[in-house]
Amino acid sequence: MANTTKKGAKRLAVAKTYKIFIGGQFPRTESARYYALEDKHGAVIANICRSSRKDFRNAIVAARGAQAGWAKASAYLRGQILYRIAEMLEGRREQFVAELKLQGVAQRTAEKEVDATIDRLVYFAGWADKYQQVFSSVNPVASAHFNFSVLEPTGVVAILAPEKSGLLGLVSNIAPAIVGGNACVALASESKPLCAVSFAEVLHASDVPAGVVNILTGYRSELTGQFASHMDVNAIIYCDGDRQTDRAVQIAAADNIKRVLRRTDIDWSNDSSQHPYLVRDTQEVKTTWHPIGT
Amino acid sequence: MSLSAVTSTFKLPDLSRIPTVDEVGINERVARFQSRSIKSASKVEALKLILSMIDLTTLEGQDTPGKVRQLCQKAIHLHDSIPGLPHVAAVCVYPTMVKVAKKALGDRGINIASVATAFPSGQAPLSVKLDDTRMAVAEGANEIDMVISRGEFLAGNYGMVFDEILAIKEACGDAHLKVILETGELGTLDRVRQASELAMHAGADFIKTSTGKIQPAATMQVTLVMLQAIRDYFAATGRMVGMKPAGGIAHSKLAIHYLVMLRETLGNAWMTPQWFRFGASSLANDVLMQIRKQATGVYQSADYFSKD
Repeated sequence: MANTTKKGAKRLAVAKTYKIFIGGQFPRTESARYYALEDKHGAVIANICRSSRKDFRNAIVAARGAQAGWAKASAYLRGQILYRIAEMLEGRREQFVAELKLQGVAQRTAEKEVDATIDRLVYFAGWADKYQQVFSSVNPVASAHFNFSVLEPTGVVAILAPEKSGLLGLVSNIAPAIVGGNACVALASESKPLCAVSFAEVLHASDVPAGVVNILTGYRSELTGQFASHMDVNAIIYCDGDRQTDRAVQIAAADNIKRVLRRTDIDWSNDSSQHPYLVRDTQEVKTTWHPIGT
Repeated sequence: MSLSAVTSTFKLPDLSRIPTVDEVGINERVARFQSRSIKSASKVEALKLILSMIDLTTLEGQDTPGKVRQLCQKAIHLHDSIPGLPHVAAVCVYPTMVKVAKKALGDRGINIASVATAFPSGQAPLSVKLDDTRMAVAEGANEIDMVISRGEFLAGNYGMVFDEILAIKEACGDAHLKVILETGELGTLDRVRQASELAMHAGADFIKTSTGKIQPAATMQVTLVMLQAIRDYFAATGRMVGMKPAGGIAHSKLAIHYLVMLRETLGNAWMTPQWFRFGASSLANDVLMQIRKQATGVYQSADYFSKD
């Protein structure tokens, strides 16, 4: 890591501190616990925050505070901001490729993953002002009513991001949630957390209002229960779970009837994994009966 | 008590001889209070104590009898699904709403506090302030929250402010008098200390930080200065005076820090609703959510607690 200057004198390594992202700020975990992330040779790459339930609680408070304002933003603006995230990510492409490589991904695969992530953001940015038309409906009813259904964001969405796809998998779950006016708290991949933290820095520079996206790192086994049971979470997106944890999550989620969305065995690098139904997953249908004269 | 009897008991102190406040020291002391470790069992007790010290407050131009009745319902039924909860200490309203509150609260031991004396600015003639106070007491308020004339105080007319508090105290009769210093308008901690002494010497039963209409409202710093003034006044005269921080205390954690400060400055004797109050509207719900969290281990949502 130490660079060598022309004269051969060694520069001190300036290693990046990977922190978590809550309410538009980058605090360290309040628990002061960390885990060492190692490369394939066993050398330590970075110390990663082991977020606690209190970090999660703080993130939910931030998300709840930001959600109403974000949902009120026009669809056009939300699309613009998502596109802006893609632009910022494009500008830092090399950094993300390098980070993926640090975590053991081959050069070509890393480049493909970053490109696919940028394209995915553009894809969902485009849906911002279109999903409402596609999924809303005017319904035929047998009485003198004008009956129509429109979508409203579910609210605060907690995301347990895919383990294997540290960047693309994370973004593929965050983007459809926020484009529909939700705020989210995501737990990054435990074994590939670097890009998640750097992605938070991209969000920070992309006009995304503070609190709309919050990103934590840490042990999934420790935080899954909290994600599922918190009463102020309206939906949980739960990637790559096993049967036993599935059951526990669903039981804990039942207390405040959270929407539970299980996304398992999805190849996020495949374009078939992107579709507007991911947006609709975190939307609630509101149907209005409006009396009409005959 | 006749006015002459009152005047003979209370005397304007020499404000120039009041000790000055060490602001750096106050800040450091306050930082210490915030670093105390509170164990779960103590936390639950503290949360219940906080609930019992709350003056549930609505002081808006848009207050209606309906809104006040709703607030009273909240005071009576904080959260019935949690057994063994105390009730709040009082409901705090404008004088015109005292009658409504009295009818809604009935005989449940919840006091009715009314702001008076041309709240929140205090910019009115003394006769108007006295009428305001007498009306609130006549309608059934057992506690009066008066504001001092900050303009007169800042101009140095201490005697005038002193006499005013004295006159209001007499108009209160049996009702308890809380004197609002509006510390956000006083500027320095030295002035807070002076105003506290002045109010206590004029017969205040409670001293209170703020109206809630001015920022900053209650801070731990001004509250500590006022608590120290109460401590010194008690040492000098043997009379206990209560303390009410108001405005800006919305979270249980902060309220617990205040309790720590109270305990370590004035001691256990003051740790009751009789001598310490929180003026707050949203604090109650946060405390309820924390109590439920302590019982279930699950973080709570405001969706499941009644508003106001």
